[in-house]
Amino acid sequence: MRYMMLIHHDEAALAKAPQQELWAEYAAFNEALTKAEGSTTGERLQPSSAATTVRQLDGKADVLDGPYADTKEQFAGYFFVTADDLDGAIAWARRCPSSKYGSIEIRPVFEAQGK
Amino acid sequence: MTGAAKAAERAARESYGRLVAFLAARTRDISGAEDALADAFAAALGSWPRQGVPANPDAWLLTVARRRQTDAARRRQTRLAGESHVQLINDELDAAIAEQGDIPDRRLALMFACAHPAIERGMRAPLILQTVLGLTAADIAAAFLIPPATMGQRLVRAKSRILQAGIPFRVPDRDELPERLDAVLDAVYAAYSKGWSEVDGGATPPLADEAIWLGRLIVSLLPEAAEAKGMLALMLYTEARRPARRTAEGAYVPLEVHDTSLWDDSLIEAAETLLHEATAANGPSGRYQLEAAIQSAHIARRLHGAATWPAIVALYDHLLQLTASPVVALNRAVALAELEGPTAALAAIIPLADDKRMQDYQPYWAARAHLLERAGQPAEAHGAFTIALGLTTDPALRRYLEGKRTACSAG
Repeated sequence: MRYMMLIHHDEAALAKAPQQELWAEYAAFNEALTKAEGSTTGERLQPSSAATTVRQLDGKADVLDGPYADTKEQFAGYFFVTADDLDGAIAWARRCPSSKYGSIEIRPVFEAQGK
Repeated sequence: MTGAAKAAERAARESYGRLVAFLAARTRDISGAEDALADAFAAALGSWPRQGVPANPDAWLLTVARRRQTDAARRRQTRLAGESHVQLINDELDAAIAEQGDIPDRRLALMFACAHPAIERGMRAPLILQTVLGLTAADIAAAFLIPPATMGQRLVRAKSRILQAGIPFRVPDRDELPERLDAVLDAVYAAYSKGWSEVDGGATPPLADEAIWLGRLIVSLLPEAAEAKGMLALMLYTEARRPARRTAEGAYVPLEVHDTSLWDDSLIEAAETLLHEATAANGPSGRYQLEAAIQSAHIARRLHGAATWPAIVALYDHLLQLTASPVVALNRAVALAELEGPTAALAAIIPLADDKRMQDYQPYWAARAHLLERAGQPAEAHGAFTIALGLTTDPALRRYLEGKRTACSAG
């Protein structure tokens, strides 16, 4: 099964993390991800302070500065994995350094029936 | 129900659970497997108790399932969702007949899927009861005091979650096993607890029996798991005392004055054997082993007058270390009262007074009331009994507590 892994960071906790160590861990993680079949490294996003949210109501665009939801943890990036089952995806989530500074949401990618 | 009818129903459930597990483990589609087998299972529940269990129950169910599925497909004149299961059933039926052998037992893997951490805790027991035993949503709803329609929806949602999220049907690896097994055991024990609190039977099914049966199944499929044996032993110790916990008139009887001749010796013996097997090598380690060891010590005390209170307090110490649970702390204090007196016990529960979880926890107020009464503080005891009464729904227990409270005001 293919899973999209959505990274949500506690930006305050992340800022306090030992940066060099964190990015070294991330480099190793990305390396492992690249080697795993069916998995792809994703994208890292700018922090939520750079986010803009748009909603359209009755043809009128409502543009708000800030992220979709102002919560403690913010959407920060994503990657894809292919795993036999949820346990395989959970193992990847635990390997991801970001799981220590927030949470990883695991979403199965919608696949057409009969595959 | 006669013994033979009960055995037939049990055989039908056994076979049904094995087949659901087998089909679902290959597709992750529990609902599909249940649909494919539903008619055959209903037919088995109807005919086996009267006509006896067929020589090969699995093959019987598969044959009926295949016939019904084929009929349905013919009626629909279409190839629909059941198709993959029809094919699977056909394959399995042919294989089973060819080999004269048994369908591989995947019920343990099914239970691990139902009790996966990604499944809401409260739904794990209902899922196991439905998929492994074939209990209806209505029966499970009655035991869990939830409207049947709500329980039905939750079961459907949980099953589709297993399919969509890709929850595996697999016995976890050694390093993961203890934690994941605890979740399965907790679910089964939750079902047992629902069964235990059923007084006088009523319309609800005997969930305690079902839970014990599941406990035996887990022990048979995972014989090296000490904690599974511990949980089964705990259920059997409790069950053994069931006949003594109410008088003929239905009044509540505390453990200390149980008529031990009413206890079920064979259940106690089975529990002792299991506990011994589980703990012989390393002593009791998990929560269930410790709780079973405590039950064993209580029974030794009541049956043979053995002085086991020090052992009981020590076991509670160990359990408290493991769980940090206020309920364990409370039970430990009650045992401590027997060793060091009610004043020491009251001192031990002082920290619990600030615990929000204890404020509406009936056993806390009942234990507190008993300790205060024994410590010679009838006025305080009266107050605690009043709060305990306010939190008690079981009529037999209410009558018992009312009697105790009246004694406090008289004294």
